[in-house]
Amino acid sequence: MKLNSPLQVYKYLPKINCGKCGEKTCMAFASRLVDRSKKIEDCQILLQDKEKFLQLAELLAPEIREITAGVGDRKVRIGGDDVLHRHQLTFFNPTVLAYDVWDTMEEVALIERVKKISEFKKFYVGHYLKLDMIAVRSTGESAAKFKSCVEKVTEVSTLPVMLCSFDPTVLKAGLEVCADKKPVLYAATKDNWEQVSKLALEYHVPVVLFSEGDLDSLKTLAVSFNRLGINDIILDPGTYPEGAQLKSTFENFIKLRRAGIKESQKEIAYPIMAAPITAWMIDNDPTPTSYLEAALASIFMIKYADIMLLHSIEPHALLSEVYMRETMYTDPRTPLKVDSGVYKIGNPTKDSPVITTSNFALTYYTVESDLSSGRIDCYLASVNTDGIGVEAAVAGRQFTAAKIKETFDEAGFDFKEKTSHNTIILPGLAARLQGDLEDVMGIKVLIGPVDSNQIPGWMDKNWL
Amino acid sequence: MSKELTLAEVIELLNNVEVEALEGVTFEGDIEIEIDESVMNFREEANKLIESRFAVGTVNEWTTAIEEVTIGATPANGGSRGHAVTVGGEKALPYYFDSEMKNPTCVVAIDVFDMPIQLAKSVRTSYEDVMESPSDWAKKVVSEYHADMIALHLISTDPKRKDASASEASKTVEDVLQAVDVPIIISGSGTHKKDPEVLEKAAEVSEGERCLIASANPDNDYERVAAAANKYGHVLLSWTQLEINAQKELNRKLIKHCGVSRDRIVMDPTTAALGYGLDYAYSNVERIRLAGLTGDKELNFPTLSVSSNAWNAREAWMISSPLKEDSNWGEREHRGLIWEAATGFALALAGCELFMMMHPGSAQLLKKITRMLGGSINEEKTDLSNWITKLII
Ligand code: SF4
Repeated sequence: MKLNSPLQVYKYLPKINCGKCGEKTCMAFASRLVDRSKKIEDCQILLQDKEKFLQLAELLAPEIREITAGVGDRKVRIGGDDVLHRHQLTFFNPTVLAYDVWDTMEEVALIERVKKISEFKKFYVGHYLKLDMIAVRSTGESAAKFKSCVEKVTEVSTLPVMLCSFDPTVLKAGLEVCADKKPVLYAATKDNWEQVSKLALEYHVPVVLFSEGDLDSLKTLAVSFNRLGINDIILDPGTYPEGAQLKSTFENFIKLRRAGIKESQKEIAYPIMAAPITAWMIDNDPTPTSYLEAALASIFMIKYADIMLLHSIEPHALLSEVYMRETMYTDPRTPLKVDSGVYKIGNPTKDSPVITTSNFALTYYTVESDLSSGRIDCYLASVNTDGIGVEAAVAGRQFTAAKIKETFDEAGFDFKEKTSHNTIILPGLAARLQGDLEDVMGIKVLIGPVDSNQIPGWMDKNWL
Repeated sequence: MSKELTLAEVIELLNNVEVEALEGVTFEGDIEIEIDESVMNFREEANKLIESRFAVGTVNEWTTAIEEVTIGATPANGGSRGHAVTVGGEKALPYYFDSEMKNPTCVVAIDVFDMPIQLAKSVRTSYEDVMESPSDWAKKVVSEYHADMIALHLISTDPKRKDASASEASKTVEDVLQAVDVPIIISGSGTHKKDPEVLEKAAEVSEGERCLIASANPDNDYERVAAAANKYGHVLLSWTQLEINAQKELNRKLIKHCGVSRDRIVMDPTTAALGYGLDYAYSNVERIRLAGLTGDKELNFPTLSVSSNAWNAREAWMISSPLKEDSNWGEREHRGLIWEAATGFALALAGCELFMMMHPGSAQLLKKITRMLGGSINEEKTDLSNWITKLII
């Protein structure tokens, strides 16, 4: 973004404080534009002044171009970053994770793999982590084979697809059956750029530019495509899986992103793609290669890949990948907290247990989901620990007897009235608060298990 | 009254009302069309690439190198270690090209406990046979798992465990120093009241070995720990809880009030496991590192990460998901290994150079990848041309 203070942005706004954008004042709206939590289209007044609108839109555009692929619910946004370090604002648009299928797969195996990719999910802090894209890889057999594979994939899954081949006739065959689903074209190179650029223009789809570790030729392609009117570009500088080449790959990612953000080199400020899948070029022993691939995925998730092409769909690889992505793209401006209070899980009665935990969102949702899936009716108190997990909060004194009492007092939760047992359950990691809590609250205190997944078993033994 | 319009005016008019195309309109007479020169160029160049060169600068703001800290003393320096380890010295973010990396940026210490402890199954299998003997444990991690260092945790001194005395614990320190000749980290039990006494004694029996004493923190008697480290020639770990200002303050106190020299401080700003606060820990370490590089002399010290806490993540140790809605979690042996390594990768890129780890496979993976990023492993070259069709799958 060229503007970074609300005051600078305010100058371009209508300054009439009409409130139609949902903010009380234009100044408030300006700060929302700066932290990118609102879009300028939200100011309808500004929309009427096309010139000013476009001027501001240009000034507020992210440093790295943001492009979209796919349609409908699973449409993805790629790129759009404004900073080099997440604490400086936040990273936008989580790395799009694409997993490959190939056109020589037997139909049954193909469908099974597509379904696994499309249906993968992992619960995390109140939502599910999922995968985003299917890359259909041509093995070079024939355009017809590729076409029918793409057809099958788009029939079975609503995920966006990436069409992978260096042969323009193969890409064209793929486009013929899925252009309306806005696939990503992979890839244009120095050799095939003429035909591939025509395809990108004809079908209006984003295109990846690939060069083997050579940033001059990558820039040459980007500048040339831009001149042809193609701006939905993704850069793949080549992901080398090992040795000194891996080092130079890592450096290339940093160079590209630094050029785009720190030096505002517009010609090269496009999303970047990593291809940890190349790990499978040097080995095919499944376990060690999946480790290498997942390792590369971690490295490039952290340093700047906006989209990533992967092969292994073994759970250990997938879980580490979706978690690393969450790590990097969690907005550091919003602490991972839930509101403190006393929540009902299921339908608690007077005999139901009262369980305590921290208000760190991750802890709270983990405990909550363990309780719900164990079908335990109870009260769950989320104590205000400033969003710190139980163990650290006990050490740092954010989780204390007084804090626990405060939570119940503020919620108006009276143990005598709400329970028949006058008992509270502390997390196993907070066992040392037992005596204190008995004194402060004058109730019976039980020590629960260390991990909340053991609560159901613990209940069987300790709660009748 | 009618008004004549030029074509340009018509276009502007249409643009203003957001009409993009007209249908059923014909123009009569001569029309002059001005063609933008850039479009002409495009015509000419459409069949050849516009050759360009890529260039990018280095970061000028990184003016200050991270302190170089040596752990372990060889006979030449009054100790008995076979080698010493030096961390720090870099003047850029890890593995960046802005300046040369002086020392290996990733040194792994494998954990050794002074009594049997509950460990995740995938880790336990590696140490089951040596858990009763800290010396054997130490030998195993060095000879079989190639640890650069070992981290000896004197957890038996915890009043809630064995409540072993400081002198009992220091006996173990002596045994371990005898058993292996790598540099060692000596860590207390994390009990703020007792640790200073335990560490003081341990520092005394290991005098001159230049161990890393863990730790001085705002909640324990850090002055006493620092005094012991100074007196017996050790390096000190400055440990705070995920708060950059607390880290700065503790470092300042250690230097100004406790007289710890700058080349004897390593920081542990607390790191978390993948999925369990790593986002916060990552940024905290990265901010500390950037502050150090840009000249904050209270933060430019090497940094340690206890990446073995990845094993607290249920995704690392549980046999399967407790939630039936989750997709299959697969084999925990593989999951755990990658969990600890991935936690390490993130922190290695944020600015940690010293790691405490537990799974030999995770340690090996972290070292291998970071050595490559550091430029010290040169594998055969991979040819990526036509990679799409060349994968061995
Ligand atoms: S809608 Fe526009 S003019 Fe109205 S308050 Fe919001 S920013 Fe101001």
